[in-house]
Amino acid sequence: MSDSEHVLQHHFDDLKQQHEASTLGMWAFLITEVLFFGGLFAGYAQYRIRYPGAYAAASHHLDITLGAINTAVLIASSLTMALAVRGAQTGRRKATAGLLMSTVALGLVFLGIKAVEYSHKFHEHLVPGPSFSFDGPRESQLFFSFYFAMTGMHALHMIIGVVLVTIIAWFAWRGRYSPEYFSPVEVTGLYWHFVDIVWIFLFPMLYLIGRH
Amino acid sequence: MSEHVLPKSIYYGIFAALLVLTAVTVLVAFLDLGPLNVVVAITIAVIKATLVILYFMHVRYSSRLTWVFVAAGFFWFLILIAFLLGDILSRGWLPVRGWA
Amino acid sequence: MSTGTLRTEDHLVEPGHLNYINNGYGLKSWLLTIDHKRIALLYLISITTFFFLGGFFALLIRLELLTPAGDLMEADMYNRMFTMHGMVMIFFFLIPSIPAVFGNFLIPMMIGARDLAFPRINLLSWYIFIAGALFTMAAVVLGGVDTGWTFYTPFSSTYSNSNVALAAVGVFITGFSSILTGLNFIVTIHKMRAPGMTWFRMPLFVWAHYATSLIMVLGTPVLAISIVLVALERLFRIGIFDPALGGDPLLFQHLFWYYSHPAVYIMILPAMGVISELVTCFSRKRIFGYTFVAFSSLAIAVYGFLVWGHHMFVSGQSVYASLLFSALSFLVAIPSAIKVFNWTATMYKGSISYDTPMLYVFGFIGLFTIGGLTGLFLASTGLDVHVHDTYFIVAHFHYIMVGGAIMGYLGAIHFWWPKITGRLYPEGWSKFATLVIFVGFNLTFFPQFLVGYLGMPRRYHAYPDEFQVYNVMSTAGASILGFGYLIPMIYLVWSLKYGAVAGPNPWGAAGLEWKTPSPPPTENFPVTPIVTEEAYSYSKQEAEVVGQ
Repeated sequence: MSDSEHVLQHHFDDLKQQHEASTLGMWAFLITEVLFFGGLFAGYAQYRIRYPGAYAAASHHLDITLGAINTAVLIASSLTMALAVRGAQTGRRKATAGLLMSTVALGLVFLGIKAVEYSHKFHEHLVPGPSFSFDGPRESQLFFSFYFAMTGMHALHMIIGVVLVTIIAWFAWRGRYSPEYFSPVEVTGLYWHFVDIVWIFLFPMLYLIGRH
Repeated sequence: MSEHVLPKSIYYGIFAALLVLTAVTVLVAFLDLGPLNVVVAITIAVIKATLVILYFMHVRYSSRLTWVFVAAGFFWFLILIAFLLGDILSRGWLPVRGWA
Repeated sequence: MSTGTLRTEDHLVEPGHLNYINNGYGLKSWLLTIDHKRIALLYLISITTFFFLGGFFALLIRLELLTPAGDLMEADMYNRMFTMHGMVMIFFFLIPSIPAVFGNFLIPMMIGARDLAFPRINLLSWYIFIAGALFTMAAVVLGGVDTGWTFYTPFSSTYSNSNVALAAVGVFITGFSSILTGLNFIVTIHKMRAPGMTWFRMPLFVWAHYATSLIMVLGTPVLAISIVLVALERLFRIGIFDPALGGDPLLFQHLFWYYSHPAVYIMILPAMGVISELVTCFSRKRIFGYTFVAFSSLAIAVYGFLVWGHHMFVSGQSVYASLLFSALSFLVAIPSAIKVFNWTATMYKGSISYDTPMLYVFGFIGLFTIGGLTGLFLASTGLDVHVHDTYFIVAHFHYIMVGGAIMGYLGAIHFWWPKITGRLYPEGWSKFATLVIFVGFNLTFFPQFLVGYLGMPRRYHAYPDEFQVYNVMSTAGASILGFGYLIPMIYLVWSLKYGAVAGPNPWGAAGLEWKTPSPPPTENFPVTPIVTEEAYSYSKQEAEVVGQ
């Protein structure tokens, strides 16, 4: 099925070195993403400390139910992704492809719910900018700026992830991966889990402020 | 990474734990713990993230180098947060004539 | 020993042997290459172009400043000149320079590898660099940006009437080029070293690039997000930094300088790596204190992330934050000082030859030290308050960036040119050019320390009459410096066709790259080398002769 001579790139000595390099490379990339989102979290934190009331008032306009459902959806997609990597690792072609497509499906559900939320915000005039209108402290607009910047950036990463996983699922279906060579699946999995982790922090930070 | 194949039960177990912790986060949000609300929320999120990192991302079974990379990423984020918030929180400490 | 180390009798390889340059012809073979050496040359051509573009803006600045009145251009236009000068020089010349050209070319060879870990990502890096450059050039062509390269809010986000968003997108894109290069180097150095090439046998050039790559990977993303937020605020009018909504302009500055201070270490660390290679070769001696120099590179990289607030002493950050950043900024000088001491100790009782690369070493050590010491002045909040935003600051960073980094870059060019091209350049002309550059540099920037201390503000197109004499000296110096930079362009290009054929090792230097033909073959090493020697294994016999 997969020819290990064919997949070994010319500058590596063996598949083990290639695999380790790929994984390390993805981890290095994920660290850049930690700092990228980190900048957003830092700005968010600054204004939350400064304007707790405005943040709480704004946060109440977010739909906890949809947010919680989305959290569960993403966690489930991480499960299917992890199982897909395991499938590739154990040479189960069909299971791997199926699990990867399940991951895609769950990702699309997440994005769909997000789209619904965004359209609600649009109609409620809660999108920052000239059309913003909020019955509360003026600093609440800062909350919404970060809400859209952070969830928007996250959604962009989800979209990229969905595309990547679809591509990998196609290759998996075609039998490209095996216990000797599955690093693309693993590396895609790392990316996907990272995007899940960002949401794990976004959900409480955005949706659960001052709810008591 | 591991040549090590984890049994499916571990993945299902972590999944269940993550769902439970999510439920806990939501429920605790409706209790009034004052300043502790934020602390609890962040702590639970960190635990969830740690579970994903250790098991779904296999860091528990990975080389020390991977571990160092992960730790470095979060440490550098902490540098940003610490110094930034340090500035924000200490701005009002020294009264300056003319500043509100 | 030898007075000059060029051994032109090494015509062991006839010109025309199969190498990375003639292995495949045609534009497509270069634009779609995955050979790290060819990619290095693609970068060389690009950044040289941007260097002269940035220099052009500098020329206009210095022309305006010949006279006290703002008569050559309106203040608004002048703002665009210094902004474009800074942006082009920093993002499109200095940050890529040594890593993208020499790091790319040499790191695989220095560690005995066939290529970097991710050759296609390496090529992608270059295309991303070009894409970012195109966006930024579009901003230039459409009238420029006037915010300063620092993009401070709320001017950049709300009030500026220039092409901020376009330039911001350009810089954002280019940041990814930096990130991918750094990522590539880190994985390569961890995973692709030849057998026997342990961490502590690697050339210090590689250590320096490892440290630089850490900064690229950890710092650039924060710049990226700060630029994205400015662009969002500008395009969609969402007020993140808008004080009218409770926003804090200082948030931008914190995010911006979190990257931009470590960025200056991205610009200097590779040059320091170059100096370590050159000083050992031209002293015929091992480096003094290898471990100290290696760890000091890491120390600079890590520590450089803790001092960014020294750019914000007068911006309104808390006094206690200023206090902390000031104290930490004093300490960051220590690892740099360690390097300077070690290079000097390397030269002590060495057998010095005064080839062109070594002249750049002397220039670097002297000028970097002056620039670095003035950094200590600036770390002191009390003094910085008086000279912030004056020409003192301008002189400080130009001593390090031009007197340091660019001298390191030119030293690298003159040292590795024979390896890269297989040709030698005329030594008389190269020494002359070095002298012109050194004189021009000091005449340009030393008066700026003086006039800045006397109070001349930076970023102003007009100034009081009593400052004119300093400005005239500075402009005269800049003209000489510009001329000095043109001379190497001429003789280096000349050497491609008419220069003497260099052998594998015209300098008699240590290092794996010198064991290959010049120019090297595409695969670098026909057989993977097995390393048994320490780095800088210059002959003990030579050292004994000079009485060590």
